[in-house]
Amino acid sequence: MEKFVQLTVTGVANGAILGLIALGFVLIFKSSGVVNFAQGELLMVGAYLSYTMIERFGFAWPIGVTLAVIAAALVGVLIEHLVLRPLIGEPVISVIMVTIGLSALLRAIIGAIYGNAPLKAPQVIPNDTVNVFGALVSADKIWAIVLALAMFVILTGFFNRSKEGIAMRAVADDQQAALSMGISVKRVWAVAWAIAAVTAAVGGILLSSIFGGVGLDIGLIGLTVFPVVILGGLDSIPGALVGGFIVGLLQAYAGGYLPAQLGAAEVLPYVVLVLILLFKPYGLFGEKRIERV
Amino acid sequence: MQSGIFNTSYRGDMRLRQTGPQKFRLVLVLAFAVVFPFIADRYWLNLANQIALFSIAAVGLNILVGFTGQISIGQAAFVGLGAYTAALLTSRLNVPFPLTIPVACAVTAAVGVLFGLPSARLKGLYLAIATLAAQEIIIWFLKHIDLFISGVGESITIRPAQLFGVIDLGSNSDFSFYFVNVLALIGVVIFATNLFRTRLGRALIAIRDQDIAAEVIGVDTVRYKLVAFAIAACIAGIAGALQAHYRSVVNWERYTLDASIAILSMLIIGGLGSVSGSIYGAIFVVLLPAVFSNIGLSLQGALPEINRIIPYMQTGAFGLAIILFLIFEPEGINKLWKNVKDYFRLWPFSY
Repeated sequence: MEKFVQLTVTGVANGAILGLIALGFVLIFKSSGVVNFAQGELLMVGAYLSYTMIERFGFAWPIGVTLAVIAAALVGVLIEHLVLRPLIGEPVISVIMVTIGLSALLRAIIGAIYGNAPLKAPQVIPNDTVNVFGALVSADKIWAIVLALAMFVILTGFFNRSKEGIAMRAVADDQQAALSMGISVKRVWAVAWAIAAVTAAVGGILLSSIFGGVGLDIGLIGLTVFPVVILGGLDSIPGALVGGFIVGLLQAYAGGYLPAQLGAAEVLPYVVLVLILLFKPYGLFGEKRIERV
Repeated sequence: MQSGIFNTSYRGDMRLRQTGPQKFRLVLVLAFAVVFPFIADRYWLNLANQIALFSIAAVGLNILVGFTGQISIGQAAFVGLGAYTAALLTSRLNVPFPLTIPVACAVTAAVGVLFGLPSARLKGLYLAIATLAAQEIIIWFLKHIDLFISGVGESITIRPAQLFGVIDLGSNSDFSFYFVNVLALIGVVIFATNLFRTRLGRALIAIRDQDIAAEVIGVDTVRYKLVAFAIAACIAGIAGALQAHYRSVVNWERYTLDASIAILSMLIIGGLGSVSGSIYGAIFVVLLPAVFSNIGLSLQGALPEINRIIPYMQTGAFGLAIILFLIFEPEGINKLWKNVKDYFRLWPFSY
């Protein structure tokens, strides 16, 4: 029972962070149709930025985290300006390859500046152990879940109520109609990339806090985003969260209950991905695409 | 140079190289390829072998991505599958070297069809993600192969290859395998070039351009997509089997997602939909890190720091090359070469 609770909490915490990263991915896809293979690297950039602000520059952690998040947003806007704008209208394979190239470039820049060795990450959320349903769980996972859910609620409110958010939904729905209503599509894209970078950065900060260290391969979790978004639906925001929880729990239970040398936790999300693609390709919440000749 | 082509026979019309200068360029390239191993040192021979093997895999992928329009980021997994098949056949069943290659091709083609099944329902991005899943699942399988076949370690070492039991390819493997690899590459290139003059090839191109229209006029898109997957996987299997014998050791770490992305980037940089483009792309992507490490070595005296960041410079240059090619010349090196040829063809009336 205790193991089950621990695995569940780990799964839900990882799932919440995955959901955050997936949310950024879905945002970019919804508003501009771009598949961002570099989402994991944005997470890495956010984690390293927070490390720099707090450990290298010595800010207190609230200020350091805020500065890191702002810097991440700027990086997102920069990427959108320099790399994605020239590729408007190009076939999807070009856009996929550009984000792949971008992910290699980001990894190279961070590696050149910070080196290969894992660095000790700042403790941003409290670390003590807590008793949940009779099992001992470390509190930072609970905090990660709470913070991720809070971000989700804030962003959902933003999309449903604020003018910018509704503009983004309009652009995602029909670009030309939005343009004719006077909405600046370019600005919406910049905002989408900024928010995606921010959610990835928050996810990275939470992850590095839980792991206690930040290394170059923290971005690898970005690959697990694909099963999450396909499961939830590529253009569905609640789907990103639900998909995140499902994949997170699946990985936790597989890692905990199946024998370790099976390595099941790494491959199970991809098996689920293939099954979903064969039977329900648009995911649990996604919109069906009808192609007309 | 090339003005008006007037053929007087069907045979002449079907030639791959029509004009004198084209034939001359081809002879030059072949002559260079034959002479190269005698004048190059081990380092460059090794690079040339890598280029040849990657070119084979890239041409295979080009048939799938460039000519049929099905995005696949799982090619390296099929190369790995071919390599492991060849290695297991040689080490467990003592199959002679020339026979392992067709068997590896057949096995990989079968698995390729299996993982191509989603293409019946999916397109574009969704298909790319499905092939990503295929890549990860196959690598997991190769990594944990000891669960399925007993007594296999993380890497498999095989004895040196022998051609027809007589020619020993193991002792000077860089040199002797160069000819094997280049011959295989020439075979694959001739196959791919001629494929697109047949009915099958035209069906594949139709699927890339307008698949719904193709279905309407009677092209069985599902069947031909699976055939494309099978061909691409089979050619990847050939490359893998050759690599297994060339290196005598197979290890799954060579065939991860990064390798798949490298092969796909060879297509993008070289030119999608062009067989020679795959080779240009392979040359570029294999030589880029080599160039950087040479620059780093030569600058080592002046800036000792540079040693630490060379691997990052290689990765960064690779990413930057992809981005710059896609922004400025999306049709790749092949288009650049065509521009050069066109300039001279039309000079001085380049407008």
